[in-house]
Amino acid sequence: MTPDPMLARNLLHQMVRIRRFEEKSAELYSAGKIRGFLHLYIGEEAVAVGVMQALQPQDAVFATYREHGHALARGLSAGAIMAEMYGKVEGCSHGRGGSMHLFDAAAKFYGGNAIVGGGLPLTVGYALAQKMQQRSGLAACFFGEGAIAEGEFHESMNLAALWNVPALFLCENNLYAMGTALERSEADTNLVEKAASYRMAGKSVDGMDVLAVLEAAQQAAQFVRAGNGPYFLEFRTYRFRAHSMFDPELYRSKAEVERWKQRCPIAGFSARAISEGWLTSETIAAIETEVAYEIAQAVEFAEAGTLEPVETLTRDVYTARAQTE
Amino acid sequence: MNAVTAPAITTTYREALRMALREALQRDPRVFLMGEDVGRYGGTYAVSKGLLEEFGEERIRDTPLSESAFVGAGIGAALNGMLPVVEVMTCNFSLLALDQILNNAATLRHMSGGQFNIPLVIRMATGAGRQLAAQHSHSFEGWYAHIPGIRVVTPATLEDARGMLWTALMDPDPVIMFENALLYNLEGELAADAGAVDIDRAAVRRAGSDLTLVTYGGSLPKTLQAAERLAAQNISAEVIDLRTLRPLDMTTVLASLAKTHRMVIIDEGWKSGSLAAEIMARVMEQAFYELDAPIERVCSAEVPIPYARHLEQAAIPQVETILAAALRTVK
Ligand SMILES: Cc1ncc(C[n+]2csc(CCOP(=O)(O)OP(=O)(O)O)c2C)c(N)n1
Ligand SMILES: [Mg+2]
Repeated sequence: MTPDPMLARNLLHQMVRIRRFEEKSAELYSAGKIRGFLHLYIGEEAVAVGVMQALQPQDAVFATYREHGHALARGLSAGAIMAEMYGKVEGCSHGRGGSMHLFDAAAKFYGGNAIVGGGLPLTVGYALAQKMQQRSGLAACFFGEGAIAEGEFHESMNLAALWNVPALFLCENNLYAMGTALERSEADTNLVEKAASYRMAGKSVDGMDVLAVLEAAQQAAQFVRAGNGPYFLEFRTYRFRAHSMFDPELYRSKAEVERWKQRCPIAGFSARAISEGWLTSETIAAIETEVAYEIAQAVEFAEAGTLEPVETLTRDVYTARAQTE
Repeated sequence: MNAVTAPAITTTYREALRMALREALQRDPRVFLMGEDVGRYGGTYAVSKGLLEEFGEERIRDTPLSESAFVGAGIGAALNGMLPVVEVMTCNFSLLALDQILNNAATLRHMSGGQFNIPLVIRMATGAGRQLAAQHSHSFEGWYAHIPGIRVVTPATLEDARGMLWTALMDPDPVIMFENALLYNLEGELAADAGAVDIDRAAVRRAGSDLTLVTYGGSLPKTLQAAERLAAQNISAEVIDLRTLRPLDMTTVLASLAKTHRMVIIDEGWKSGSLAAEIMARVMEQAFYELDAPIERVCSAEVPIPYARHLEQAAIPQVETILAAALRTVK
């Protein structure tokens, strides 16, 4: 696929936004501004960016606890995400969710699920409802390869295929589930075949190449939109950072991480864009400047945000009801 | 005659748990540990760190992310002569295995008319306080204590972290051990020869005469702090660590109440339908006339645990809220 300069700029811009946003987040975590678990997506940016580019506003997105990148690429503001991680009312989940639970109804961004595999059945049901109501949007679900061992994955694949629902299953295979390598957790590591065993169409894609991701996601989305049923995509990718901020990374070698860093989706795409003449180095520098400004603004927004008074601690457990009498 | 006391070592709750695992693995070849990231990763909370190197992959078994399958497999292995220790990363994820725990582990002995035993230990982390939000912070030990057929233990001290595992493994029935994640770094002295402890009795962690504070697990340190603060106001609080939530040792609780006639129960579970409610109900049934004041409960607020620190702290028992409840009881 050959992108026009606008598309190339946008893809790079989104990937850089995610990278810089997360680098800043890691820094703020060390400074104690962000707490709880923080799972960085650094290294995997091409997946969220390529897929989001292929989605439309009427589509719904379900993601995991490693979802800053998906939220940003889906259009949530960096400020609202940062404020969420600061636990502020201005955050996209009003400070109730934190890093792992980013939500935005307007963007049809359904979180932020920290139970491995937890989003899969929801996606099936959401897509079923789309079909039953004859609506056009599809439901897209991101999940790690670790989720494939869960029963919920298999139950969801079967239901989605059986009911022929408009769902896109987007498996981010970064080779590890915490410290467990894929080949230490799956007897058969061919993931597309697992989907195929449920008679679901699928494909494996280089997740470090944003254009390959975009192209595959467009084809898959088209397939689903045409009413052919669900589609499974495996993106072969890698997380450059630890699983979370608590992970001593005893299970993989530095050399392995370095090898994958050579395939950095941002550096790779930038170099290619310049050599192919899609982008100039000036444009790339301008992107960095824009992103730096956006992130500085986001931090400022979060810093200036407010803490909810504890008096409202139990709000939003139930829907507020009209007073009787 | 002088009792010979072994020298004490300084250790942590985490290390005490590891010592218990190591001892069990050395002592009985039927014992093996399995769960997510117990081996190569070094244990989510580093409890099993180093055990893979020492005991090998057969006995320190990393499992795929499949709580229902590996907990169920633990039940099956226990049914067939092994003594499995299954680690579920946190009790929040144990809900994926709840069917196996309730419908198999808790019922097989009974359904078979007593023909089978499930000598299984399931360990899981529990509790809030680390800003992990609503899918990683809940306390389900009270729920599990609702289930006949399993025993629920909640080590809150180094001695219990060191000693409960072996006793639980020797129990012919399934035992679930809840480790409050805030306790892992708890440091203190432990007798060098510390070993198995009973898992039947509650323990008086501090003697007192004016009121009884009943608690367990992660709330014990907070309750002891509250008792200390009460002492400064000349109020003598007795602190009871339940240790085992099922079956409940009401004898120890009621003996204390007979002395103090006032009680506060501290329980990190949600208040409605909580373990605290059960204890309250039993006091009503068994010792109503001992009470000089209504029993107070300090539990978690009726809300999924929120992320923001100040809200999370407001949602769970705190020294201040324990203190306030105690003062209402004695006023
Ligand atoms: C049901 C469940 N079990 C265990 C966990 C703990 N846990 C959180 S992330 C994770 C690894 C998941 O790996 P993968 O699905 O590959 O996603 P990745 O983190 O690599 O993006 C584990 C074991 C959890 N959150 N939910
Ligand atoms: Mg993974």
